[in-house]
Amino acid sequence: MNEDMEEDYILDEAQEGANVNAGEGAAADIEAEARARADAAHANAHLLKKERDFVIPGEKLVESMDFLPGRNCFREGNGIYSKKIGLLSVEGRVLSVIPLNGVYMPVRGDMVIGEVTDIQGNGWVINIKAPYDAYLPLSGVRGFIDTNKTDISKIYDVGEIVYGKINMVTASKSIHISMFDRICRKFAGGRVITVNPAKVPRIIGRNGSMIDLIKRKTDTRVVVGQNGLVWLEGEREAFVIDVIRFIEEKSHMEGLTNEVEKILERGVVHEKK
Amino acid sequence: MMIQNNFITKLASSNKRIDGRLFDQVRKIVVDDKIIEKAEGAALVKLGNTQVIAGVKLEVGEPFPDKPNDGVLMTSAEFSPISSPDFEQGPPRENSIELARIVDRGIRECGAIDTKKLCIEDGKKVWMVCIDINILDNFGNLIDASAMASAVALNQCVFPKYEDGKVIATEKTKKKLPVLYTAVACTFAKIGNHMLLDPNLEEEEASSCRLTLSTRDDGNLCAIQKGGTGHLSSADVEHALDVAVERGKEIRKLLK
Amino acid sequence: MKRSDGRKPEEVRPMEITAGVLENANGSAMVKMGRTIAIAGVFGPREMFPRRLQEFAKASLQCRYMMAPFSTDERARPGPSRRSKELTMVIRNALEPAVFLEEFPKAAIDVFIDIIQADAGTRTAAINAASVALADAGIPMRDLVSSVAVGKIDGKYVVDLAGPEEELSDCDMPVACMPREGSITLLQMDGDLSKDDVKHMVKIAKEACVKIAELQKEALRKRWFK
Repeated sequence: MNEDMEEDYILDEAQEGANVNAGEGAAADIEAEARARADAAHANAHLLKKERDFVIPGEKLVESMDFLPGRNCFREGNGIYSKKIGLLSVEGRVLSVIPLNGVYMPVRGDMVIGEVTDIQGNGWVINIKAPYDAYLPLSGVRGFIDTNKTDISKIYDVGEIVYGKINMVTASKSIHISMFDRICRKFAGGRVITVNPAKVPRIIGRNGSMIDLIKRKTDTRVVVGQNGLVWLEGEREAFVIDVIRFIEEKSHMEGLTNEVEKILERGVVHEKK
Repeated sequence: MMIQNNFITKLASSNKRIDGRLFDQVRKIVVDDKIIEKAEGAALVKLGNTQVIAGVKLEVGEPFPDKPNDGVLMTSAEFSPISSPDFEQGPPRENSIELARIVDRGIRECGAIDTKKLCIEDGKKVWMVCIDINILDNFGNLIDASAMASAVALNQCVFPKYEDGKVIATEKTKKKLPVLYTAVACTFAKIGNHMLLDPNLEEEEASSCRLTLSTRDDGNLCAIQKGGTGHLSSADVEHALDVAVERGKEIRKLLK
Repeated sequence: MKRSDGRKPEEVRPMEITAGVLENANGSAMVKMGRTIAIAGVFGPREMFPRRLQEFAKASLQCRYMMAPFSTDERARPGPSRRSKELTMVIRNALEPAVFLEEFPKAAIDVFIDIIQADAGTRTAAINAASVALADAGIPMRDLVSSVAVGKIDGKYVVDLAGPEEELSDCDMPVACMPREGSITLLQMDGDLSKDDVKHMVKIAKEACVKIAELQKEALRKRWFK
């Protein structure tokens, strides 16, 4: 799981009031901590929007050189502005915007679900619902393949769905996939749904906590690709899909985990009135 | 996607559909007949997530030589690129010309419009009814949604002012277009051995062929079209006929 | 001075903006300015075809403006016209400065706008809709783009000409800007004006654009932050 994506999504209740980075050896130095808190309070007074506020492209977040533009933000003159629609996240001096929508951009290390769309001499073209197609070269598949003897469509055929790892993203946007990891596989059976890629971190949860909870409580096999494709198999897959759609819609809600737990207990998303 | 096609086919063999509907159940229909006013008649129809808008414009022109005293009906369809990510990338699943012609035949063959009353001057001037269909969001079964939008647009259509041989398009009269019947199309997708009414996008993808049946208010069939490369049995067709006539009645009530 | 629909000179027509009206498109919006209605759908960033037109260092913003045949008083023939091709280009040029195209080399961002009812100001409604649709799709932008047309009737500058006002006005000046800085991304005029007129009208247009930007933002907030 891509640590960066997880880290960005610090909206869990436990993380409310994220502490300011108080510098080296902060834990022991109470005075330094107090000084840092006063500093931050002073700086935060300049902020034009609060943590978790809804912001739009071009919206000014602060007029101050004390802050740094993080993800989905940019600096112009003395100001820092949002690039996308999303929720403001303040971590110390870094302002980031957690996006509410957006197409998936491939990142090295991501596990993605894709559809084989073409078979070429030395590999397969995989559609991962990104602005760029991914390529799975023969060298990315475990085991030795003798292309003189093997018809590689027998390994992966057009229309089949695979779960692989992005192991290369070049500057010119060549994307390579490998199937070496133990968890990589081709799916047989089950079904696939698409979710908003910006909501994937919420669906997965911190260290997979959210999706693991859902899998356990419903006894359903679920694999979530970072690129917004989700594979499911199990008797209660329709219910699991309802739960995932609920998380998508209420992703910014406080206490979402509790709400999902309640839903999993009662077995239906909305109570029948 | 093969996985989806297999999943849908497997569900069908247990009499289930991917969105939980029954085989002869239509998705939720929402009609907005007040969306625009410049057209002589117009309607936006939502069939599930499929969205289609149809507009009717009335113009004056020459009749066809073989029908000198009849008004003219013309139906066109445009698949707007906003409706699907597939625009200009590979072959379209449905042809906009086929769609327009199917909708047109449904209206024309059932005699929905009293074309004799559209004659202004024998052999020289008649009213031309131009239906334009614009697909806004494709989630399957564009044919039925387009037919519904066209029917509502026709039913509310009024004549523009006509003075001294010229149409004054900016002024509308209260006189309604002479509409006798409401044509309703019911399209079925064949999946496995079953005929599924009102296929959504994924069901269309998984199906081998489709059958469209247009019915009139009296329950008669006015237009039929089989599309796609698969094949149908007589039982398939007979079953579809029964469902189309019954559903047609219910949909017609909704559209009025 | 009373306008044909009773508005004050600086008053924009009743405006309705809804974000997320389409499910297939990555982002979408419907904008009503009086009786003019535009629906915009945005796809992307996505793979760019034809490949030979791909730009090495940035995404290509591709645009298509189209009027439905039933959108005008007299039926318009379906298909592109010289006018719609020019408007496509002008709209694209109005939106491009706002988008961070360099973040998506070789890709395409497709903006499609359908006018389903035309009562003057279609290109301004198109830009307002397209800008919301781009933001709705989660595409990174420097700012929204807002647009309105200004005219001059009986010596008074009027904002957002409605259909019946077009022939009464000395001119038609559509303007688009990125409201934050007021940088102008669309400026056209046909008519008969002094240079002072032009200066004043641009200023008035920018002020109206700032108000329109508020409505655009509210539409996005309503859609995403319930």
